[in-house]
Amino acid sequence: MAEHNGTWWIWKVFWILLVITGVEVVLGIIKPEFLLTQVIGTSILNIVFILLTLVKAGYIVQIFMHVKYEKKAMKYALYLPSLILIPYLTFILLTEGSYLFS
Amino acid sequence: MSSNADLIQDTNHWGGGSRPMGARYGKLMMWFFLLSDALTFSGFLTAYGLMRFKYESTWPIAENVFTHFPGLEGDQPLLYVALMTFILIMSSVTMVLAVNAGEKMNRGAVTNWMLWTIVGGFIFVGSQAWEWYHFIMGDSGAVETARQEILHVYNAEGERLSFSQVVHGMEEGHASNHGETFTKTEVLSSMKGDASLYLKEPGKAGRAFTHAESVAFLEAGDVVQGANMIHNEYGRKQFANFFFFITGFHGFHVFSGVVINFVIFYNVLLGTYERRGHYRMVEKVGLYWHFVDLVWVFVFTFFYLV
Repeated sequence: MAEHNGTWWIWKVFWILLVITGVEVVLGIIKPEFLLTQVIGTSILNIVFILLTLVKAGYIVQIFMHVKYEKKAMKYALYLPSLILIPYLTFILLTEGSYLFS
Repeated sequence: MSSNADLIQDTNHWGGGSRPMGARYGKLMMWFFLLSDALTFSGFLTAYGLMRFKYESTWPIAENVFTHFPGLEGDQPLLYVALMTFILIMSSVTMVLAVNAGEKMNRGAVTNWMLWTIVGGFIFVGSQAWEWYHFIMGDSGAVETARQEILHVYNAEGERLSFSQVVHGMEEGHASNHGETFTKTEVLSSMKGDASLYLKEPGKAGRAFTHAESVAFLEAGDVVQGANMIHNEYGRKQFANFFFFITGFHGFHVFSGVVINFVIFYNVLLGTYERRGHYRMVEKVGLYWHFVDLVWVFVFTFFYLV
């Protein structure tokens, strides 16, 4: 972590994660009407939740787990399997789930 | 420079002595373990999604299930789990601070931040135990039909009633059963006595039944309070099974993380890493600990929010 001085960058990520979680909780409690429109099998609100989650996950992996500063070979070794296999698994299971016993 | 020389250099590059990934063995192995663990967790979460899409209309809505907050009465959806998330993020931050201090060979700061990380982990595991306790004890109670469908009691105003309110009346009863158990006979006679009560399936598109149908369902079925692997008052038993399995598997990761963190903390106290000349072990357990936080971010979204 020679790129960094002090600990301000840790607290910056902390505040980002905290604010995103706060936004998620507030949206989850009030559930604004205009976000409940259905698109591609779910509501806009759920898509917002998933996008915010991916942003949080990105900060944890990139900064806290330090992947941002790893070598390119390392990044590919970690990102390619997870970013190909997990979306594939999700897509195939959710699609099949809608057809089970139908 | 001939191309042959490049080739030899390339062979050397992957043939040992050099580190193409720029990471040491231990860190690399920790990362590959985490990668496989990430695939395991995504297997669980997508299997949860499969069941949820299969039973979409009657799947329990999490905010009607996890409504308790210590010391507060009534429905408090999301607050408790938000607090748990905050605790885990906070302990992730103290872990980065410990790793950061380790790189500067600051033993005192590593000790301090590792200790806070362990404390945060303990609080999280304790919070999860509290959540499980309330989930297992149950809240309002439900009717389980002979075909093992779960139905909830509603009144003419469309309000969900607890067994306590059904049996003791709206004035005397509590919105939550507070650990009081009710027999099928008690609930059935109260149901028969009030023609405005009816049963409805859980979930966002659950069907409602007439009073006569509801009484017949209860006569042929039974009452359920709380949740376990076989009966679940909140709805589909798969919901409880996945809740126990996914949060349990995650909780086991947190617990083992706390144990590993403690071993490393103890070694920091003994001065092991000071003598070794580096704090790379702190970095490795740090990766594991952040992973636990990372998984929770997804569990939080897919179990509680979506």
